[in-house]
Amino acid sequence: MLDEIKPPEEQCLSVDGSRRDFLKKSAVAGAGVAAIKLGGAVPLVASEPAVEGGIPVEKLTVRLNINGKEHALPVDTRTSLLDALREQLELTGSKKGCDHGQCGACTVIIDGRRQLSCLTLAAMCDDRKVTTIEGLAEGDKLHPMQAAFIERDGMQCGYCTPGQICSAVAMLEEARNGEASFVTENINAIPRGQKLSKSEIQERMSGNICRCGAYPNIVAAIEDVQAGGAK
Amino acid sequence: MRPFAFKRPAGAEAAVKLVAANKDARFIAGGTNLVDLMKEGIDRPNELVDISRVSLNLIRSLGGNGVSIGALAKNTDTANNPLIRQGFPLLTQAILSGASPQIRNMATNGGNLMQRTRCAYFYDLGTPCNKRQPGSGCGAKEGLNRYSAIFGWSDSCVAVHPSDMCVALAALDATVRIRTVAGGERKMNFTAFHRLPGDMPELDNNLSHGEMILSIDIPANRFQANSYYLKIRDRSSYAFALVSVAVGLEIDKGVIKNARIALGGVAHKPWRAEEAERFIEGKQADAAVFQQAAELALRGAKPLSENGYKVKLAQRAIARALRRAANV
Repeated sequence: MLDEIKPPEEQCLSVDGSRRDFLKKSAVAGAGVAAIKLGGAVPLVASEPAVEGGIPVEKLTVRLNINGKEHALPVDTRTSLLDALREQLELTGSKKGCDHGQCGACTVIIDGRRQLSCLTLAAMCDDRKVTTIEGLAEGDKLHPMQAAFIERDGMQCGYCTPGQICSAVAMLEEARNGEASFVTENINAIPRGQKLSKSEIQERMSGNICRCGAYPNIVAAIEDVQAGGAK
Repeated sequence: MRPFAFKRPAGAEAAVKLVAANKDARFIAGGTNLVDLMKEGIDRPNELVDISRVSLNLIRSLGGNGVSIGALAKNTDTANNPLIRQGFPLLTQAILSGASPQIRNMATNGGNLMQRTRCAYFYDLGTPCNKRQPGSGCGAKEGLNRYSAIFGWSDSCVAVHPSDMCVALAALDATVRIRTVAGGERKMNFTAFHRLPGDMPELDNNLSHGEMILSIDIPANRFQANSYYLKIRDRSSYAFALVSVAVGLEIDKGVIKNARIALGGVAHKPWRAEEAERFIEGKQADAAVFQQAAELALRGAKPLSENGYKVKLAQRAIARALRRAANV
């Protein structure tokens, strides 16, 4: 019943449900249900019902800055920031891994802080400043963290990489600001410009899962940047 | 996800009125737990009241080293605040042991108290769970209960509270300051905030619908030099506790003047080991005393089919946390 083949990401777009939900339902019920679900899930087009289960579907306009550009985005109240980025703005660098805040693939930087865009409602992002992986480079000049990940081969399949890089960039900023981690020896004696040990980097990056296990190279890339840029 | 109306009132008063007027309305701040529960269909509010911009994010001194931490201060900012780092290093440690940096950057202190259990049956709509659907039964009690409670459970629920921060707050004799639906304020001892499941496991805590946490206040203490948060988990970071222990000691010339011990991962609420506290107070800070206290703390434990390991684990964790806190 799926008469046009869509890339997997597009199949997962969701006003109404997660990728897991989609996969689960398609697995039990077969492609018929999946197709119906897909039909109903294309967000923000004229055919969307105004009422669902007796509750009006509410839309609002969110004004926010993404990678230096102002946007006024019409969103369903249920839209996650991740879906708004990927499906409405075609900023597909931020990845939907688990969609439940467990993997870190969707990490973006909001007002200077790394956060999970899958657990952030777009409706709550009014006036926020969002930086995604697409906003790190300056023109053709890669961000030092991007260059270091390439230099150190900090990836295999690459799916977690945008989240890893956004997370790492913000993490080094947290460290510069003197923030502590669970493995910090003395939280009341953090030196200015603290240099993070391997175990500090590992602990501080634990919110970003890499199923390929490229961790040693990811840590090496971050150490390079901390030491003053990619070698 | 069920559709919902989205409102952003100007302040706490208006927010409380909105939520109190609709039993299917919820406050949202960090959203790290609620949005996930809504995606799964476990919580299905028809109205969200955004309080993330209400100015309840101050962390201020209450005199001595006592502090008031705003309900809407982020976990990260709380853990790194100088008043907390210096006055309550136990709280900093506990917060930093929980979740991931991204989640701590989003999550608020009030939300940490309000987070719901991670019991697998609560999350799986295909199984019975009295907390999610009262009257449907408890899948965990005779099922997969490796992570479940060993204290204070009932036939209707064996779930544990997931927070690390709350274990430290229970040890620190905190008070929760609450805005009531009628427009006043009330205070609740932290240890009375969360409930045991009894026959109403759908209620995690003693807040009424519409009441809003304003701050968590921690009285001055002298535990700074001798406190420790020990967390035991399946992997060394970004995992919930199998067992955790928060310890605060006041030691004078080798003698314990004052002790606080709280456990996480063992009950429906942070579990204070008051008998063990009383046992070590007035005694020498040494390993033998700590071992006896640890055994005492677990005396009333009632493990289930798959979590008997938690008894020994908790005993060892308590003894080790006490030794670390006391530097012996």
